[in-house]
Amino acid sequence: MAALWFWIVAVMLAAYVVLDGFDLGVGILFPFVARTEDERQQAIRAIGPVWDGNEVWLLAAGGTLFFAFPLLYASSFSGFYMPLMIVLWLLILRGLAIELRSHFADPLWRSFFDGLLFFASTLLAIFFGAALANVVRGVPIGPDNYFYLPLWTNWRTGPNPGILDWYTVIGGVMALLALSLHGALYLVLKTEGDLQLRARAAAGRLWPFVAIATVLAIPATVLARPDSLHNYHDHPVAFLSPIGVAISLVSVVIALRKRSELGAFVSSCVYLIAMLCGAAAGLYPVLLPSTNPAMPSITIASAISGAYTLRVGLVWWAIGTMLAIMYFCIVYWLFRGKVSQHADTYGH
Amino acid sequence: MDALTLHRIHFAFTITYHYLFPQLTMGLALLIVVLKTMALRTQDERYNDSARFWARIFAVNFLLGVVTGIPMEFQFGTNWSEFSRRTGGVIGQPLAMEGVFSFFLESSFLGLFLFGEKRLSRFAHWGAAVLVFVGSWISGFFIIVTDAWMQHPVAYRLLPNGVYEVTSFWGLMMNPWAWLQYAHNMCGAVVTASFVMSSVGALYILQKRDSGFGRIFLRVGVIAGVLSCVAQIFPTGDLHGKYMAKNQPIAIAGMEGLFHSEKGAPIVLMGQPDIEGQKIDNPIAVNKVLSFLIYGTTAAEVNGLDAYPKDQWPSTLPLLFYSYHIMAGLGTYFAALMSIAGFLLWRGKLYTARWVLWPILLSFPLPYIANTAGWMTAEIGRQPWLVYGLIRTSEGYSKHVGAGTSLFSLLGFLGMYTVLSILWVMLVYNIIEKGPHSTTELAAGQTLTNA
Repeated sequence: MAALWFWIVAVMLAAYVVLDGFDLGVGILFPFVARTEDERQQAIRAIGPVWDGNEVWLLAAGGTLFFAFPLLYASSFSGFYMPLMIVLWLLILRGLAIELRSHFADPLWRSFFDGLLFFASTLLAIFFGAALANVVRGVPIGPDNYFYLPLWTNWRTGPNPGILDWYTVIGGVMALLALSLHGALYLVLKTEGDLQLRARAAAGRLWPFVAIATVLAIPATVLARPDSLHNYHDHPVAFLSPIGVAISLVSVVIALRKRSELGAFVSSCVYLIAMLCGAAAGLYPVLLPSTNPAMPSITIASAISGAYTLRVGLVWWAIGTMLAIMYFCIVYWLFRGKVSQHADTYGH
Repeated sequence: MDALTLHRIHFAFTITYHYLFPQLTMGLALLIVVLKTMALRTQDERYNDSARFWARIFAVNFLLGVVTGIPMEFQFGTNWSEFSRRTGGVIGQPLAMEGVFSFFLESSFLGLFLFGEKRLSRFAHWGAAVLVFVGSWISGFFIIVTDAWMQHPVAYRLLPNGVYEVTSFWGLMMNPWAWLQYAHNMCGAVVTASFVMSSVGALYILQKRDSGFGRIFLRVGVIAGVLSCVAQIFPTGDLHGKYMAKNQPIAIAGMEGLFHSEKGAPIVLMGQPDIEGQKIDNPIAVNKVLSFLIYGTTAAEVNGLDAYPKDQWPSTLPLLFYSYHIMAGLGTYFAALMSIAGFLLWRGKLYTARWVLWPILLSFPLPYIANTAGWMTAEIGRQPWLVYGLIRTSEGYSKHVGAGTSLFSLLGFLGMYTVLSILWVMLVYNIIEKGPHSTTELAAGQTLTNA
């Protein structure tokens, strides 16, 4: 039961990364691929009706983490206090930027919010990547199960790390590249015209960087936390994730060549999921590794809620998630097809 | 200031600011359903235009509610980690349910409601409005269940590692405190929405523009206002107060400023609490009314603060006293104003009665103050407990997050929310200025607030 909740939270976070990932990617890329006001509107319209729903996965995952693993929620959220506050402010700015740019026709007003959207999306992608890298690397957990991380210390992993060190910076850059590619592929799928052509070109140019970063990330992770390999040793089935990463990354390129827009986007989704699975498989059953050898890590067993809570939770979670998936199907179905250059209706 | 105080102000400020938006959107969601229903029944297109106009105001407020709401879900962990660790197994449940059952529903169908009118049948579009309404009211319910458990913990047990666990899911959901508070709170949300709608209606009529719409807004707003203002006092406020007197008598004594136990206790309408002297200065009081309100008989004895040890008194007593009196005083004014307006509406004289239209126009900020003061009454009355009788507020905050850090992020939120307030004024002013007629104009960008 406890392991099931680990995977439930992991799946919800993966859903967030895949769904809100393309909103963020569009936010990062659109100043480069959308040159005219019409094209910028087209890019915004491609995420306009769905970004809020996508972001809900983060909230739902946060809430689920809260009730299934209260200790992890308490310890990590207070320990990562400052970067989390920055993420919250960036999420506020991102939402405002998407929604407010079109309220006034003044070009300066729009340029300001375009800049804001780029700024917030870029930093959010970097922060999310760095956050995941922090969780993989581990934190200096104290005797009371709490910790407090400064923004940086000596830029090294080890017993006294900061939120930013060489490894988490790699994580941040990795996420920035991967989500940019993801956003580019989403634009290829959802738009047409010059915007689509430029998004396709951007995806082609981004792909080699994503590939290099992916290849680098594996030895970096082993260096940052050698224990990551344990599960791969004991359960070779875990190697399915790196294999999935490799296959999906290659299939992105093949699909791009074959002009299979949906294929390329789906491959990118699989790539993100496989990367997250790989990280989760390396951690399991640890939730937050301790970099202090004298202190135990926070594990599923030490953080899990009571049995009754989890049993009841499973019932409503299953019902609620089924409903949520149904809503998403309705919304994405109604929003199917290309966002044209001068659309004024919902979907096509 | 010490870390505890700063963490408290941090949460108090962010939640107070956040709730300025949901109180309008929850109430407005209901009124939009009313307008859509009228449109279906009467086939009068002006009701659809009205619904579209209010949907635009709804969307802006919904957006600000969303972006200020995200920090709330995270602040339990960032600023109140020890509280989260101990109670996550209980209150994490309704909070997660809010995300799963409400936010997905709201976010999905709001988009459909705002953009889908041309693609959906009239009935299906009405359905989308209903689902947005249901989603926002579910959201309110789960938040109140969370708060109600902190006010009046039920269906829990303490595990050996100091963590609380639910013993009965339905016990948690059926907490009587939650249902009483929910009724009172949702009524308050409808009061806010009714005043805002009536106020815009009064504005249009006084400005002699769009007076057809002004009349619709006034009619719907005033009727909803009469119903909600009366229900706010009786039965919801009355029942909630009586239940509170039974379960948090110290809070009631603090709210009413009753320092000494008395038979036939008076109700203090106004005055200044003097904690040193344990009395109310310059009181205007009505004898025996408090006993009657709580126990239904003028002779009953009401426990004053002196009946309880001082370390259980609400820690900021004057603030509790004042916020309760502001809430109750404004609530009385609302009922009076709306009754007069309702009477004139019935007599067919409301639209020309400038002496009533002006107060209606100017009163729209007051429900925001009353709702805020009501929440302050509830949450300050709970002090010094974080979870009533179980965890003290001083035990719950994040010990590893220092005072300076908390102050820094508090200042960050203050600055950020100042910008949001300015944007809110610009956007809402813009929508009201354009008026309900511009609904046919196509929006340039297709996002939630730009339908």
